Amino acid sequence: MSLLQETPSRPRRASSVRARRFTLTPTTTVYLALVALLIIGSVLVAIDGGVLLDQGGILNILTRSTVLGLVAIGQTMVIVTGSLDLSVAYLVGLCSLVAAETMAGSESMMVPGVLLALAVAAVVGLINGLVITVLKAHAFIATLGIALVIKGYLEHTYTGPAGSVPRTFQHLGYDRIGPVPIAALLMLLIGAGAWWYLRRTRPGYHMYAVGGDLEVARLSGVRTGRTIVMAHVLCAVAAGLAGVFLASRLGSGAPYVGTDAGYDLESIAAVVLGGTVLAGGRGGVVGTIGGVLILSTLDTIFDDLAVDPFFKDVVRGVVLIVAVALYARRQLAGQLSGRSA
Amino acid sequence: MRWRPRLAEGTAPVLVVLALLLVALAFAGSAYSEPAGYLALLKRAAPLVILAIGQYFVIVSGGFDLSVGSLVTAEVVIAARLIDGDDANTAWVIALLLGFGILVGLVNGLITTRLLVPSFIVTLGMLLVLDGAVFLWSGGAPRGALSPSFRVFGRGGVDVPVLGQVPWSVIILLVVLIAAVLFMRGGTGRTLVAVGDNENAVRLAGGRVEALRLLAFVLSGVLAALAAILLAGFAGVSAQVGQGLEFRAITAVVLGGVLLGGGRGSVVAAAAGALSLEALFSLLNLLGVPAALESAVQGVIIIAAVAYANLGGRLRLRKPSPSVP
Repeated sequence: MSLLQETPSRPRRASSVRARRFTLTPTTTVYLALVALLIIGSVLVAIDGGVLLDQGGILNILTRSTVLGLVAIGQTMVIVTGSLDLSVAYLVGLCSLVAAETMAGSESMMVPGVLLALAVAAVVGLINGLVITVLKAHAFIATLGIALVIKGYLEHTYTGPAGSVPRTFQHLGYDRIGPVPIAALLMLLIGAGAWWYLRRTRPGYHMYAVGGDLEVARLSGVRTGRTIVMAHVLCAVAAGLAGVFLASRLGSGAPYVGTDAGYDLESIAAVVLGGTVLAGGRGGVVGTIGGVLILSTLDTIFDDLAVDPFFKDVVRGVVLIVAVALYARRQLAGQLSGRSA
Repeated sequence: MRWRPRLAEGTAPVLVVLALLLVALAFAGSAYSEPAGYLALLKRAAPLVILAIGQYFVIVSGGFDLSVGSLVTAEVVIAARLIDGDDANTAWVIALLLGFGILVGLVNGLITTRLLVPSFIVTLGMLLVLDGAVFLWSGGAPRGALSPSFRVFGRGGVDVPVLGQVPWSVIILLVVLIAAVLFMRGGTGRTLVAVGDNENAVRLAGGRVEALRLLAFVLSGVLAALAAILLAGFAGVSAQVGQGLEFRAITAVVLGGVLLGGGRGSVVAAAAGALSLEALFSLLNLLGVPAALESAVQGVIIIAAVAYANLGGRLRLRKPSPSVP
């Protein structure tokens, strides 16, 4: 599954390096970069005559982070397993529609709507996983194919927003405690759950094992197929939650809400920015949330400075490449010093 | 001596699929009862086939190029702005467009090989940068216009005695395809495939892995520029012209039996994959399948094609070695 790996895997000596001195792991680097970005951003916005981290600013950063965060948490699990999921963007749109159409404005249908949306997501994830493990299709092609199927269904069935959510359900999207939206707290809670699953449970460790080396994991007795399917189901359910949240935020389901924001590639960018290796086996949810916060802080700073929206994309692309180049450099330096020692 | 065509491994299935699709087209639509119909299909397909050939070089050497779609958009927007409807500008703008394609390929390749960033990320970043930069420069919407002499390559044709009018894009496509086949049969092409198969072996054998990788990205960039010139002539200026083309080109290459991750597959098969995809769209259109469902059919077909190739290949591999547990 780790066909995305390009650099030859050299012997990893990270443990011996760590024993000698304190090293910056990608996760700490991400949060240091986030703090630096917040400071620089505050100064820039202050020069411009505004305040970055006032109530509105914090609210803005956290709201932006919620949807991308949910999708990226799921994407982290898939990428750690050595796979990847390109179908999440259309899935977000599909789930927002399923939730909103099932609710159809009635409060009694709120729970069934959410459950049905998540069930649809789980089925899509299951199909993704089975196509990859049983039909042996490369994850890139399998999830791209499923994305195209969902896209065809959406284009054929919907021309615009459909369904409506009851007023009560919109509390999920808009309620907040001080400057902190409840949905952002829920996202962080789910992130914590994903962290616990990946780092503290057996199936979680298996994901790292499968992503590190599929064949070695299989020979060690890990059920690799089951692990990959599980990662895809969890990723799809996370995308489904993002869709449900968007339905609550928008008041209805929107077919292209996920693709307009480019959540497929954006979530992969956030995961990689957070220090997870695209080839799998290394990284985690904590870094990913840092990556998501960096992206949404950048957006908020640019909004406050009234920068041309197209400039944001340019900066995003450069930040992504530079960050991954730095990680690659450090990994290489670590290996070289480990080898010479 | 009987001449037997030398087909690379894995080329036959996609050629069979392509032949079936072409025959089906003849039955489905009256336009395909004479060569002109097929020439029109080739003309329509030319940009995608050229993109697929470029993508093939990158994929077979073990990488991805996600930036070609936004590169096509960028080239079209740049062309319209710089030519601004004036025929005098055509020649130097075409040179500039090809140069820009080479430059983008160089940047992609250099970051991948020197900074050791996976090409998936590099070209994803490039996609974002190009998308943003082009619209930053043009102010949000494409401006200017193409000149008639620029559009000739995508729309016009030359008169050939037997076939009637042959579109320029078909001639360009054939030249690119023949050049690509000759390149892949030469030493450099073979080493490029070897890089995708086993990079370390090539390095130990004295092959210049980094230079070859770089070359693949440059070729992909310049071919994307060429495809953009044809596409702009054929379809005109729009900000969505390149949208999703990167995935379509990768789909075409994979449909041709080329292995993602590199090391397997032929350039003819990749081109045939692109042509099959375009023929399939024409067929669905003739059969009255709603345009919205086209992508769903495309999705099912690529999964089926990859599954067939993998499962079939596995069965074949298993046969000769029954003793291995």
